[in-house]
Amino acid sequence: MSVLSTQHLTIGYRKKGTENVIQHDLNLRLESGKLVGLIGPNGSGKTTLLRTIAGLLKPIDGKILIDGKHLLLLSQHEKALNVSFVLTEKVDIANADVFDMVSFGRFPYNNWRGNLSEEDRKKVFQALQMVRMETMMHRLVSELSDGERQRVMIAKALAQDTPIILLDEPTAHLDVPNRVGIMLLLHKLAHTTGKIILLSTHELDLALQAADLIWLMSENEGIECGVPEDLVFSGSFNRVFASNSYFFNEANGNFSMNYPLNGKVSVSGNKTRLYWTLRALARAGYAAVEDAPLKIEVTDSAWILNQKKVFSVAELLDELNNLNIRFPF
Amino acid sequence: MYSRNNLLFFVFSLLVIFLFLADLMWGSVAIPAKEIFSAFCGDRQNSVFTEIIINFRLPKAITAILAGASLSVAGLMMQTLFRNPLADPYILGVSSGASLGTALVVMASGFLPFSFAGNCWALIISAVIGAALVLLIVLFVSFRVNDIVSLLIVGIMFGTIAAALVSIIQNFSNPDAIKLFLMWTFGSLSAVTWNYLQILFPVVLAGIGMAFFLQKRLDGLLLGENYARGLGISITQTRSLIILATGLLAGGITAFTGPIAFVGVAVPHIARGIFRTSSHKILLPACILVGAALLMICDIITQIPDYTLPVNTISALFGAPVIIWIILRRK
Repeated sequence: MSVLSTQHLTIGYRKKGTENVIQHDLNLRLESGKLVGLIGPNGSGKTTLLRTIAGLLKPIDGKILIDGKHLLLLSQHEKALNVSFVLTEKVDIANADVFDMVSFGRFPYNNWRGNLSEEDRKKVFQALQMVRMETMMHRLVSELSDGERQRVMIAKALAQDTPIILLDEPTAHLDVPNRVGIMLLLHKLAHTTGKIILLSTHELDLALQAADLIWLMSENEGIECGVPEDLVFSGSFNRVFASNSYFFNEANGNFSMNYPLNGKVSVSGNKTRLYWTLRALARAGYAAVEDAPLKIEVTDSAWILNQKKVFSVAELLDELNNLNIRFPF
Repeated sequence: MYSRNNLLFFVFSLLVIFLFLADLMWGSVAIPAKEIFSAFCGDRQNSVFTEIIINFRLPKAITAILAGASLSVAGLMMQTLFRNPLADPYILGVSSGASLGTALVVMASGFLPFSFAGNCWALIISAVIGAALVLLIVLFVSFRVNDIVSLLIVGIMFGTIAAALVSIIQNFSNPDAIKLFLMWTFGSLSAVTWNYLQILFPVVLAGIGMAFFLQKRLDGLLLGENYARGLGISITQTRSLIILATGLLAGGITAFTGPIAFVGVAVPHIARGIFRTSSHKILLPACILVGAALLMICDIITQIPDYTLPVNTISALFGAPVIIWIILRRK
């Protein structure tokens, strides 16, 4: 059971003698077996926090403790035994295959020549199995797709066998199936391996589904920690991502756009089709209200507007347009 | 994979031995293999041949091996350090730094109360310091320019600055010293005598030994500085050691043979292409063998009958196209 904690941690950059503080006095605590999603607007310090915990950036003040050990006082080698990470930078090594790449994770364990022992090979293979890349271990890294490459980098971090794995935007540049795949994989790994997995992401809906805990970072208010649903109920997302042009939709865990809504319409009927109909209406500038003179009924196969039956959303929107020309609101 | 590499190592070792013998045989005077054998056995039947082989061709062939191996290993380490396929002691101005160091010793020693020029150690130490200094400066610049071609231009500029400084020194030197220095700049493997080899050999051995000691960290650096740090590699220490090793190899060789162009950039690429690996455990010995073979081939070509070409021109013929190929392939 591992614990990562910070005490009065102040993070930021030092440049030419001046300190640019991004977050201050962070007191955080994480226990093993959890997938933690680090979420926040650009500039709130997600990457800075990850780089600080990774030991790539010195904190301006405060402590980071890993199982009670002061991270800053650890040697480079001891750090490598405690924290591994996956960064956003793309690694391209001529001639290196997947197995070679994952073997890098065994660096802190093998001898000065870098020879892999039987155990090292076993760990590398296990890591490859965990990310389901074992059948591709002799493929060249340069030939992999972005999603496969990300899996390989995760396997490298797994092979390093550390209690903590940090990932900076692991789903950036990936298509939807790969994003979901990587998130599911990390969720599973956190639970099966008992590691602390901390990742930063912009994919709010995915993070809310996959993460056990959310660290919600805002520029001024520090970090709020909690189970995703509790943060939804407390309205934290809307506070952190406050904006006029969109709002955090508690109904689906996504950001919805604030359209200028001029018309009013009351809608009823089939549930799934109702959801999508409301989206289309909002885009067209109609707010759904209880009692409006304009009524739409959504049935299993059609829409009924003013006793007229239409069979697609396009037709429905056309019909509404026609009504507006005749009865401008 | 390992058996394939073992076979390749065997083939290249044979090639190096074969080229070594060929290098001894061919030259302005063709010497039959039998005479080479008898010269080694101490059989002094033909004392002219023995003299040529023992005191001229043998040190030259050994120098070719040392220079080819050293420049290639230096090039490999620089390509890994800068994560730049075009890095090489000659291109990034390291050889120019060594020239400047040498020029200071050869020519400026005229101003000094005691004679410095005849001292091999002074020559090699100043060349190594010159090489390492330029490396440090280029490394510093490489933090600011990430683009590989820009770094190339910066390297060429350092070479130009060093050349300008050398010209200034020349202006204030006496004609004898200038002649001595000009001879050096032509780049010659035959200038290295047994006396010089006694110094060059341990320097090269130290540099290559350090490279082998650093092989795992060099592998780690391929991932980039941040990932390397994450694997427990101390970046500052590793960088310093690589610069020292590269300075010893490139500076040491340049001090005695003059600048030899493009071997350092071409050989690591040839080795990667043939051995199909990124691991320095294999690439280091591969570069030693391929580099030694390539420079001996260059040396054999320079000795076409009646004319003796500078080795620098022949190595450029091999190396420059490799650079063009790399730049074209990256687009």
